[in-house]
Amino acid sequence: MAGLIIAESAIFTIFVVAYLFYLGKSITGPTPREVLETPIFYTICLLSSSLTIHLAAKSLERDYTRLFLGFWLLTIALGGLFLYGTAQEWHRLIYEHGLTISTNLFGTTYYSLVGLHAFHVTAGLIMLSLVAIFGLIGRMGVSQSDRIAVLSMYWHFVDAVWVVVFTVVYVLGR
Amino acid sequence: MSSNVITVPVGQTEARPWVDELHQWLTTVDHKRLGILYIGSALLFLAVGGVEALIIRIQLMHSHNNFVSPEVFNQMFTMHGTTMIFFVAMPVLFGFANYLVPLMIGTRDMAFPRLNAFSFWLSFLGALLLYFSFFGGSGLYGAGSAPDVGWWSYAPLGARAFSPGHSSDYWTLALLVSGFGSIGTAINIIATILCLRCPGMKLNRMPLLVWMNLVMAGMVLLAITPLSAAQIMLLIDRYLGGHFFDTQAGGSAVLWMHFFWIFGHPEVYVLIIPCFAFMSEIIPVFSRKPIFGYPVMVAATVCIAFVSMSVWAHHMFTIGMNSYANSFFTLTTMAVGIPTGIKIFNWIGTMWGGRIQFKTPMLFSIAFLFQFLVAGLTGIMMAASPFDWQLSLSYFVVAHFHYVIVGGILFALFAAFYYWYPKMTGRMLSERLGKWHFWLFLIGFHLTFDVMHIPGLLGMPRRIYTYEPGRGWDTLNLIVSIGAFIQAVAILVFLANLIISYFKGARAGNDPWDAWTLEWSTSSPPPAYNFAIVPTVASRRPLWDLKHPEDPDSRYE
Repeated sequence: MAGLIIAESAIFTIFVVAYLFYLGKSITGPTPREVLETPIFYTICLLSSSLTIHLAAKSLERDYTRLFLGFWLLTIALGGLFLYGTAQEWHRLIYEHGLTISTNLFGTTYYSLVGLHAFHVTAGLIMLSLVAIFGLIGRMGVSQSDRIAVLSMYWHFVDAVWVVVFTVVYVLGR
Repeated sequence: MSSNVITVPVGQTEARPWVDELHQWLTTVDHKRLGILYIGSALLFLAVGGVEALIIRIQLMHSHNNFVSPEVFNQMFTMHGTTMIFFVAMPVLFGFANYLVPLMIGTRDMAFPRLNAFSFWLSFLGALLLYFSFFGGSGLYGAGSAPDVGWWSYAPLGARAFSPGHSSDYWTLALLVSGFGSIGTAINIIATILCLRCPGMKLNRMPLLVWMNLVMAGMVLLAITPLSAAQIMLLIDRYLGGHFFDTQAGGSAVLWMHFFWIFGHPEVYVLIIPCFAFMSEIIPVFSRKPIFGYPVMVAATVCIAFVSMSVWAHHMFTIGMNSYANSFFTLTTMAVGIPTGIKIFNWIGTMWGGRIQFKTPMLFSIAFLFQFLVAGLTGIMMAASPFDWQLSLSYFVVAHFHYVIVGGILFALFAAFYYWYPKMTGRMLSERLGKWHFWLFLIGFHLTFDVMHIPGLLGMPRRIYTYEPGRGWDTLNLIVSIGAFIQAVAILVFLANLIISYFKGARAGNDPWDAWTLEWSTSSPPPAYNFAIVPTVASRRPLWDLKHPEDPDSRYE
């Protein structure tokens, strides 16, 4: 998983570099300053899901399966909420501001960077949900805690990437 | 190393029906079989890419030749480059890594056997996708067209307007898919080496081959991914109307070059470091001396990996970077020469005073040392940006990188084939055919690629499908083409050797070269489980310890 994370980091790095390189190079509008709103609430959701997954993994290590399941479902809910936030933002950008991936350079780089991240959140949510299903039918126990640790590592990585994306897109990019 | 003479019970050898056998090969997760699948598919595409090279050389044999049309010529050099890098060099090196790493560190298999199989089939699918473009490149109804925009696919050539149809899409998808395969294999190699070493195999006792494959896998993670990212961007441009590399909407063609070469240059080291690894195993065995300067070799490898990550823009001196960037990339590029030089000195140091046996693997290794040195020297010449302004995009560059890839990588691979073939099949390759192969290939190689420097210096640009007579290029190009055909004959000798020796070669036994690393302690070919008893090692040369209990290496460590 550490190897995968290194490789994924390199992919994200390239997309971040492309985003930064093309900042302010769009020939036509809309510009980030005009249309972007900082998604503080959804960011807090995603970041706190890192905490809940950590608590879930710790609970599983001590064999508190019910507590584990609770934290795990909370993590999924927070991640889902974040995805909903992204979807809403995209909906607003497309229908109110007419910004699509082919509108201008900002659109191209914004949708691909944020979309790449959202894709990773989605992939993570699918894996988390699988675990949740196993949990609900009572198959999760302390013997699985190593695997859960690996999965939670991935989830932490997705969150850490969001910190970078957030900084680049919503702080530096405006 | 007490009870490690492994007596391997012979498995059931009843002949199975061939459908069964095929099914086993297709569904295998055994690292040895996957290694052989990698190597076999690479040999197949070596033949295909070689034919493409011959078509290029026939076309350039004399001026105003009409052997193929300009369009086909463009397809040929694109396919030749893409095939040779992604579907010959990478798979064959991964194949050897797959086969040898678990054996050398005394374990049963790779860390993730199913991921291993998945990675192989991904990269094979990539190759099939690329070649499907010949049939489906213009959509299902029309005649096919292979990608024809060069293996760099420089923007805006890759854009929809300039490469209509789907040929470029097949190229993009092929590289994306095989790239994911490479990442999977790299993760697998790293996990295997870090987690599955046998007792006593400390990091500083690992064979150098294992060390260098570890470094190579680390580089794959950082080098292949930028290419994957750039391919995703290109797909967004082509299918979703994005503007990453669309200069008319403010996008940048230069950014594609940067992304491509951030992949492209480390890729050279991804390919050459496993070849260094072969040299570091083969030269000591045939010099009958342990490797000279083991820690320095490891340090130099890691050093090369780091420095090579910051040299990419030396492919781009002619695009008009500022003088600071030019100086930076000139200096970093020259700096790579230092650790590489250390390695060459270490190999010579290993040979110095040894009792050298001139078997075929050693012949190829010695040729590698000489040719890789020359390739490095022309590399240093072109690292000087003013010199590069003159010669960039000329045949001098083509000669230089073929010197690296053929004179370096391919020669090292041949050495590896002759060295490990007995382990993989249980039969020795014929020395007689091997000598024929070596001398023919050596002569053909030098005829082609030594001479190729000269038309480059005389100003012949690369990627032209023909040229005017009377520029002094005709004779030189004819010699280059003749050399190419001699190399082709040598490859045929090699393939014949592989096939004939498989059936008629002398039995190899466990350890035909009197070598020192763990793969030689098990039978040839090794059983599915590799080692009946997990070996324990006490030094860098476990088999030496075993054969010379009166004077083991472990006493000096």
